[in-house]
Amino acid sequence: MSRIEVREDRCKGCLLCATVCPVEIIAQSERFNAQGYKVIEVRDMDSCTGCASCARMCPDMCITVYKTAKAPKE
Amino acid sequence: MQAAEKLVFKTPDVIIDRPTHYCPGCQHGTAHRIVGEVIDELGLADKTIAVASIGCSVFLYNYLNVDAVEAPHGRAPAVATGVKRARPDRTVFTYQGDGDLASIGMAEIMHAANRGERITVIFVNNTVYGMTGGQMAPTTMIGQATTTCPGGRCAEREGLPIKMAEIIGMLGGVVFCERVAVNSVKNIARAKKAVRKAFECQEQGLGFSFVEFLATCPTNWKMSPVDANKRIADELIPYFPLGTIVDRTGGGEDK
Ligand SMILES: Cc1ncc(C[n+]2csc(CCOP(=O)(O)OP(=O)(O)O)c2C)c(N)n1
Ligand code: SF4
Ligand code: SF4
Ligand code: SF4
Ligand SMILES: [Mg+2]
Repeated sequence: MSRIEVREDRCKGCLLCATVCPVEIIAQSERFNAQGYKVIEVRDMDSCTGCASCARMCPDMCITVYKTAKAPKE
Repeated sequence: MQAAEKLVFKTPDVIIDRPTHYCPGCQHGTAHRIVGEVIDELGLADKTIAVASIGCSVFLYNYLNVDAVEAPHGRAPAVATGVKRARPDRTVFTYQGDGDLASIGMAEIMHAANRGERITVIFVNNTVYGMTGGQMAPTTMIGQATTTCPGGRCAEREGLPIKMAEIIGMLGGVVFCERVAVNSVKNIARAKKAVRKAFECQEQGLGFSFVEFLATCPTNWKMSPVDANKRIADELIPYFPLGTIVDRTGGGEDK
């Protein structure tokens, strides 16, 4: 299972990451961070492909991406 | 056995771990990161000197962990000329906005490019004076409303938006010149390749290199970050086409 880590304290809620996720698992949450921005959340991390599109699109360098190769291919 | 997890994307090491002062969705951050990735990958952090300019990116030195000089408005290419001539062993780049480079700094950029100074220029064109509250820039699009052309820029009154990359590409000392955007994952990959080439061209002592980034200023465009990003593809790229304008590095062809 690939996954992303989001630094919520850095997120400005711009949603650019959400527009490029090929599996559309990123959405706005109901939470605000200390800066007052409504941060994102990942709805279904199991579907993450580890493509890093979201991280490349993020202007605020909030996202770290970990990729796990599918078990049979290992 | 559990499949091994691999770190595939992280913030470049040369980027200082600090929140930026940029507005949500502002693509100065994306341009900073791409420059940081290239500095990391080419191992240039210890020998790079950034010449920052006046505009929203004025605090560049807070975000990139390299030596830096702050230039007066528009004068970054002149300051970088001095820095590079005094320390030719260093990698010297300017980072300038469109108000800075294409308006008050037009003379400095033209002559630095024409002289073929061995510097790299990162030019962030967001079609507006961002920092000062959204006045018209030489790059403002026809019809785009700003505080100094509230009815929209008019070609007859204010002229057409200046295409800097094309103009710079015509000058003799230019070895590499490309226009890029960061509105899609594909364009971000191309932008990084161009910045890498621009820095390599300096490392090889070939001459002047220039990369124009089309970027958003959601705040002064009065658009959401997502809509502002769409505007890059819908309005800006058709007028400011992406691609290599000059490549005399030997690794590619002129257009
Ligand atoms: C000599 C001088 N004239 C004018 C200004 C005011 N000023 C500060 S930033 C700026 C324009 C910035 O626009 P741009 O270069 O496009 O940068 P952006 O903020 O859009 O990234 C101006 C006119 C100044 N600081 N110094
Ligand atoms: S890494 Fe790819 S699949 Fe995973 S959340 Fe980011 S964009 Fe979506
Ligand atoms: S692109 Fe970055 S700042 Fe914008 S919503 Fe996504 S994680 Fe937050
Ligand atoms: S005013 Fe525009 S250029 Fe300046 S930080 Fe905000 S969005 Fe970015
Ligand atoms: Mg600008």
